[in-house]
Amino acid sequence: MDETVKNTKPQKRLKPSSDAFKQVREAKIGLIRKLIAKARIKSPWLLHFDCGSCNGCDIETLACLTPVYDIERFGIINVGNPKHADILLVTGTVNHRNKKVLKKLYDQMPDPKVVVAIGACALSGGIFRECDNVVGGVDRVIPVDVFVPGCPGKPEAIIDGVILGLQKFVQKQKGAKDGD
Amino acid sequence: MVSTVIPFGPQHPVLPEPVHFKLKIEDEKVVDAIPAVGFVHRGLECLVAKKDFVQMTQVVERVCGICSAMHGMCYCMGIEEMMGIEIPKKAAFLRTVWTELHRIHSHLLWFGLYADAFGFESLFMQFWKIREKIMDINEATAGSRVIISVNVIGGVKRDISPEHRQWILSTLDEVEEALRDLEKVVYEDYTIRKRTVGIGVLSKEKAYELGASGPMARGSGIDIDARSLGYAAFPDLDWEPIVEYGGDCFARAKVRFREMLQSIGLVRQAFQKMPRDEEIAVKVTGRPEGEVITRVEQPRGECLYYLKGNGSKNLDRCRIRTPSFANFPPIMSMLIGCRLADVPVIILSMDPCISCTER
Ligand code: SF4
Repeated sequence: MDETVKNTKPQKRLKPSSDAFKQVREAKIGLIRKLIAKARIKSPWLLHFDCGSCNGCDIETLACLTPVYDIERFGIINVGNPKHADILLVTGTVNHRNKKVLKKLYDQMPDPKVVVAIGACALSGGIFRECDNVVGGVDRVIPVDVFVPGCPGKPEAIIDGVILGLQKFVQKQKGAKDGD
Repeated sequence: MVSTVIPFGPQHPVLPEPVHFKLKIEDEKVVDAIPAVGFVHRGLECLVAKKDFVQMTQVVERVCGICSAMHGMCYCMGIEEMMGIEIPKKAAFLRTVWTELHRIHSHLLWFGLYADAFGFESLFMQFWKIREKIMDINEATAGSRVIISVNVIGGVKRDISPEHRQWILSTLDEVEEALRDLEKVVYEDYTIRKRTVGIGVLSKEKAYELGASGPMARGSGIDIDARSLGYAAFPDLDWEPIVEYGGDCFARAKVRFREMLQSIGLVRQAFQKMPRDEEIAVKVTGRPEGEVITRVEQPRGECLYYLKGNGSKNLDRCRIRTPSFANFPPIMSMLIGCRLADVPVIILSMDPCISCTER
């Protein structure tokens, strides 16, 4: 890729409609894509959404960010904007009110993306499965890649889940490239 | 003037929980705040029809993960009262120990989020680092970090061994020392004072009128604490409700800080005065019948349970009124007229627990 960029480096201005211009542009975009893909694996950003959990799983997820568990050593940081996020952490059951919010957040994230569901509630509805306002697990609304069991899931398990999610992320990225 | 409507939440980095406010602002001032709730509503109270009264203990513990031990205790106290059970003295002391530990961890958690609300990231980390010590105690004594299912109807499930007791006391010493180090930061730091002193003022009359509870009420000078009702082992312990008079965010933070230190003292006292006998639970026979109301003091304020039994294994009704619900009207009144930048700090100063409020 580098070679093409070097070789086709325009000496004089190319016409935007010319083939050479398009070639250079493609090469440059490819290079940037490659860079971003690498950066996203080395430093994935998390988005945490509490979807009707009892707070137990939430505070364990937050505890992962603190000095004792320190998920940042994997280059992971917590962001508030779905458009910046690579991994979506969902805790808690889905109910009739927040399923739209969850779907929207998922749709706003850039591809490829990974969803990690945390806790018994996010897996199947857990103890609240029989409640009248509960739809069920997160997989009823969006596709889930990694399930972290427990009520609440322990920070160690959550970190493990995120790392597993990262592996899936790499696979998905490869799959996307092959598909291109 | 043109007014703009800014949505706050439901997915917001300051609050881990989904709550949605529509803030109507003019210039920099908030002129109206409309809350939209229901994102966490699960319909938990209807589970009484499907689970029996013993299983319900585990369900009510999951009303809110942060104060799970208190919810479990309140529910068990209600059923015990209905069935006329007297729990062993030691069980009452053990319940006190666990609930006070919960209070410490809840306040530490709150301090972390609070520091995060005004961008003091390193303080957030400090408080959460201390909090992990309390979580270790929970894990070692009850087997789980957050939801510690120690309460059962008729007493508690586990005892705390003498070795654990020693270790807990020395850990609490470390926690206290760490807190004393941070005391100066919380009370005197320029940034913190700038962002909290005089912000979100709730006068004593207003707090009383709007029915504030817990640290919200005590921060405004109302001496109210459900622990003085004398449940569990509190009648045997020496303590007094902590009251501050400022009524602003700073006063509420101060109340919580002093409460943490007080809770450490209460745990120490409870260990000292705990009877040495072996019995920690009594056997329960029969089914609950009748109506009962119980109240306990949670980290966020007073929690009320109304239980109605009909002599069968399922209860008729289990109604929960949580402190955050009581604290919503005062918060709404405080938001009106404040600056937009202060909104996260004011909302956090109430310590909102949405999963409690909506259940
Ligand atoms: S799995 Fe357990 S701890 Fe997690 S949200 Fe559900 S009830 Fe709470």
